[in-house]
Amino acid sequence: MSETILEVRNLVKHYSAVIAVNGISLAVPEGMCFGLLGPNGAGKTTTIEIMEGILEATSGEVRYRGAPLDQRFREEAGILFQKTALQDFLTVRQSIRMFRGLYQSGLEVEEVIRLCALEKLADRDNRKLSGGQQQRLLLAIALVNDPKLLFLDEPTTGLDPQARRNFWELIQSIKARRKTIILTTHYMEEAELLCDEIAIVDGGRIIAQGPPRRLLHEHFAEVMLELPRNDFPARARELPLQVIDTPERVEITTDDLDRTLRLLIDSHVPLANLRIRPANLEDLFLKLTGKELRT
Amino acid sequence: MMQRLVSVWHARNLEFLRDRATMIFTLLLPIMLVVGMGFVFGGKERPLFKVGVITQSLDKRAHPFLSERYVEFVPIANQAEGLRKVTHQQVDLLLDLHGAPRYWVNTDSPKGYIVEKLLIASAPDAHREPVTGAAVRYVDYLFPGILGMNMMFSCLFGVGYVVLRYRKNGFLKRLHATPLTAFEFLSAQVLSRLGLILFVTIVLYVGIGAIIHFHNAGSVALLLLLAILGALSMVALGLTIAAQFSSEEVVGGLLNLLTWPMMLLSGIWFSLEGSPQWVRWVASIFPLTHVLDAARAVMLDGAGIAQIASDLVYLGVTAVVFLAFGAWSFRWRYD
Repeated sequence: MSETILEVRNLVKHYSAVIAVNGISLAVPEGMCFGLLGPNGAGKTTTIEIMEGILEATSGEVRYRGAPLDQRFREEAGILFQKTALQDFLTVRQSIRMFRGLYQSGLEVEEVIRLCALEKLADRDNRKLSGGQQQRLLLAIALVNDPKLLFLDEPTTGLDPQARRNFWELIQSIKARRKTIILTTHYMEEAELLCDEIAIVDGGRIIAQGPPRRLLHEHFAEVMLELPRNDFPARARELPLQVIDTPERVEITTDDLDRTLRLLIDSHVPLANLRIRPANLEDLFLKLTGKELRT
Repeated sequence: MMQRLVSVWHARNLEFLRDRATMIFTLLLPIMLVVGMGFVFGGKERPLFKVGVITQSLDKRAHPFLSERYVEFVPIANQAEGLRKVTHQQVDLLLDLHGAPRYWVNTDSPKGYIVEKLLIASAPDAHREPVTGAAVRYVDYLFPGILGMNMMFSCLFGVGYVVLRYRKNGFLKRLHATPLTAFEFLSAQVLSRLGLILFVTIVLYVGIGAIIHFHNAGSVALLLLLAILGALSMVALGLTIAAQFSSEEVVGGLLNLLTWPMMLLSGIWFSLEGSPQWVRWVASIFPLTHVLDAARAVMLDGAGIAQIASDLVYLGVTAVVFLAFGAWSFRWRYD
C-alpha cells in the first residue's frame, strides 16, 4: 500500500456562527487522485484551502508526510485555486517564469509550456486568454515546481464542455506521471472520470467515502428510470416503487426492471419519454442527502 | 531567498514598465510641476526677510531692536549656522547679543542694507562684520522640495495601491501558496519601486536642474545615497500601511493622513524656522523632513556626509523598522 502523503484529522472551521467544516478526517495515499465531491457551499473549498495551508482551521490538524505543513510542503505542493489573477502585462511565459523562480527545483519553463499545450500562447499577454486557456496557464503555474502533491479546486468550473474535456485529458496526463492529486468538484462526470477515490461532502461533513465504483455498487444494485414529472400521474405514486423527486423529473430506482416496467404499463403511465440508465454519483448524492449536487 | 526576491522584483518591473498610462503619469506630473515652478519663480529673487539671533530661545526684552515691527526674528543655535544663512541671504542679518552687540550683514543683500539701518538706529555701537554671498533663489530652495514631494507620492501611493490590488484580485493568495515569504515579497516591491523612483528623480534632477540653472554645491554621490535611504524609508512606510488593510477607502485615507502633514510640515514649500517647537518636533518624525533638510544642506550649502549623518541614520533605521513591521503584520488574503 502507498504511503499516506496528506492526512487530515478532525478538521473544523467556523466563520462566526457558521460551521463551514465540521469534523472532516481523511488520508490521501501517494499517487492517488482524491476527489472532494459536493454541491456549492458544502465546505469543499474551505477544506481544501486548509489542506493547502492557506486557511487556518479552527481546530484539527493537517499533516504532510507525517509532519505539520512547513517549507518542504510549500516546495512540493502545486495549487490551482478556483479563482486567481496574475500580474498584468506579463506574457504566459513570463508569468510561468516568475513562479518558477519561487521554487528551488522544478521543471523547465518550456517543458511546462509543452505539458499544458501553451506553445502557441507563450508570448501572449495573460489577460488575453480564454477561460480554458487561462485555466491551462494556472495549471502550468501549479506544475512549475514539479509538485509531488497537486491541489485542484473546481478546476473546470465555468469552462465550456469542450474546454472541460480538454482539461480532463490534461489532468489525466498528469495523473499518468504518478502525481498525487486532490481535487474538488461538483461535476460527477469529472469525479468519476478522474478520481480513484472520492469523499462526498455535505454540510461540512463527509457523508460517504471510497472509490466511485465501489460506492455506487454499495448503494445501488439497481438501475435508474427517469420520467418527466408531468408524465408521472398521482396514482402512480401509490405503486410499490422507490421514487425520488427532482425539480423536473422523477427517478425510480429498481433492481427488477421487468416488474417495474410492468407496474408502470399497468398504471397507464406514458413511457415515451422514459430513460433507463445505470446509477451515477449524482444519484448517490441525491440518495444520501435528498438534494441535487448542482444546487 | 535571493532567487525568489529577484523573480518577484523582475516581474513587478515588467508590469510597471508596460503599464504606459501609469508610466507617463509618473514622469509627466513632476516635470510639469517643476517646470511650472521654474517658470513662475525662476527669474525672480525672493529672499526671505528675517533677522537671525544667536540664542536658544528668543526673549524680546533682551534688546529694544527685537521689538521692531515688520521684522521677523528667528533664534539660531550657533554662529556657524547663522553665518551660513546670512551668506545665502536666508536671513538678512545675524545678531549676537551675548556681551556687546555684534552683527553680520551680507553686503550683497538689499534687504540686509535696510535692516542694518534699523539696527543702527536701536544699537549704534553694535559691531559690524560684513559677509558676502548670493541669495538662494526660491526656486533653488523649492527644487529639493519638489523632488522630495514627488518621491513621497510615488513611494506611498505607488506601492500601497499595488499591494492592495494584488490582495483584492487574489494574486497575493496565489503567492502565499508558494515558498515566498512576506519579507521577500515586500523587499521585492521596495526594490522595484526604489529603482523607478531613483530613475525618475535622476531624470528630474538633471532635466529640471538644467532648466532652472541649478548648481549643486555638494556631492552628487551623497545625494544619491540620501535618495536611496529616503525612498527606502518612505516605500517601506507605504507598504506598512498596505500590509494589513483590504479597503481602498481605509488605505487611501491613511495615506492622505500621512501625505498631507508631510506636504505642509516637511518644508517642501517653506522653511519651518520660527514655527512653534511642537510643529518642528512633529515634522522631525516624518522621513520627508530628514530627506529635505539633508538634501538642502548638500545641494545649497555643500554639506558632507558627517553633517547629514543623523538624517541618513534616521532614514535607514526607519526603513528597516517599517519593513519589519510590514512583514510581521502582512496579510496575504482578502477577507
